[in-house]
Amino acid sequence: MASFSFELVSPEKLLFSGQVDAVIAPGTEGEFTVLKDHAPFMTTLKPGVIEIDAGSKKEKLFVRGGFADVAPNGFTILADYAIPLGELSAATIDADIATAEAALKDAIGNETHRLAQEKRDQLRELKAALHL
Amino acid sequence: MPSLKDLRNRISSVKATQKITKAMQMVAAAKLRRAQLAAEAARPYAERMEKVLASLAAGLGAGSNAPALISGTGSDQTHLLIVCSAERGLCGGFNASIARLARDKANALLREGKTVKIICVGKKAYDVLRRQFGDKIIELIELRGIKALNFGVAEPIGAKIIDLFDKGEFDVCTLFFSRFQTVILQIPTALQLIPLQIPEKADAQVTSTGAAYEYEPEEEDILVSLLPRNISVQVFRALLENAASEQGARMSAMDSATRNAGDMIKKQTMLYNRSRQAMITKELIEIISGAEAL
Repeated sequence: MASFSFELVSPEKLLFSGQVDAVIAPGTEGEFTVLKDHAPFMTTLKPGVIEIDAGSKKEKLFVRGGFADVAPNGFTILADYAIPLGELSAATIDADIATAEAALKDAIGNETHRLAQEKRDQLRELKAALHL
Repeated sequence: MPSLKDLRNRISSVKATQKITKAMQMVAAAKLRRAQLAAEAARPYAERMEKVLASLAAGLGAGSNAPALISGTGSDQTHLLIVCSAERGLCGGFNASIARLARDKANALLREGKTVKIICVGKKAYDVLRRQFGDKIIELIELRGIKALNFGVAEPIGAKIIDLFDKGEFDVCTLFFSRFQTVILQIPTALQLIPLQIPEKADAQVTSTGAAYEYEPEEEDILVSLLPRNISVQVFRALLENAASEQGARMSAMDSATRNAGDMIKKQTMLYNRSRQAMITKELIEIISGAEAL
């Protein structure tokens, strides 16, 4: 399979950098897979799981939202917060849900309210999907 | 002429001080390594962010519908200065040079008749600026209780800036911090956050590749969520650079303090030995001349 360069960075460090075959990422408007020579495109991410397929090595990481930038010369994800899925605990997600709920309570205006609600629902869904 | 006892006390007290400065230097060296690693680890994110922003902004052009965080409010009457400094002293000119840069800027703005507001991050700059600009400081954010500097520290500061901006409390926001160059060289820097300045170089490179980008959701939506993030990222970066600079400055300050103490001990010991010798000689002369007189 043809490979391309992929980078996953969070504000604190560079989590992954190297050649990969495919990456599945949770876009706000739906999950998407990036293969080599994907059309240039940019999107925001919702909380979810990034799956990296680097041939022999497969990795899964949890992200708390962020941005994906598919450029001709490679794919970059700017994650707000990312940890390997193995290290993710129910407590972390619960804390995230609590934060989202607090944000929902403070939200003023329809748009912010809708966004906050969306975020909370996404997190709940994710929790159920991961059986935590 | 100090007595021998005075000299002995003096030497032992300088020795004790030297031990302290030596220990501080070693602690700073260890912390510096960690701070430097953290600052380097954070660099890729900030760089990518800059690139993405540049390509987005280039796509947007100088359009009229650019978000206020890029285009500004259209006036530059009220300036917000965010001054990041350390929580502790004893690190050479580190805090003073940041405070001086901020003070010069504030004075220049005041002379032009602008309104100045100041947020201090870290106590030391606050201590310096309070004397002159006490009424202009709207907030002091202390970093004292924070063990590890992570993104969670910078986020609330970024949120506060955005909040103030949305309320129309200021037009232009500038961040002051010290850029870490080497252990002995830290450069106090002023960085304009709002309106955002996009580096020209990245701009030119992007227009050639960024023509056929697709956006999901719309370009403006992405930009709107990206810009506040960028503020936090820049604050985070400033805090990390500052932490590394602080330790570097402390290390070199403590190094020269240790060396000074060493010099002083040498000088005092010499003086002590000389006066001891002089006393012995004097006593001998007294005995000899006493014996001769008999």
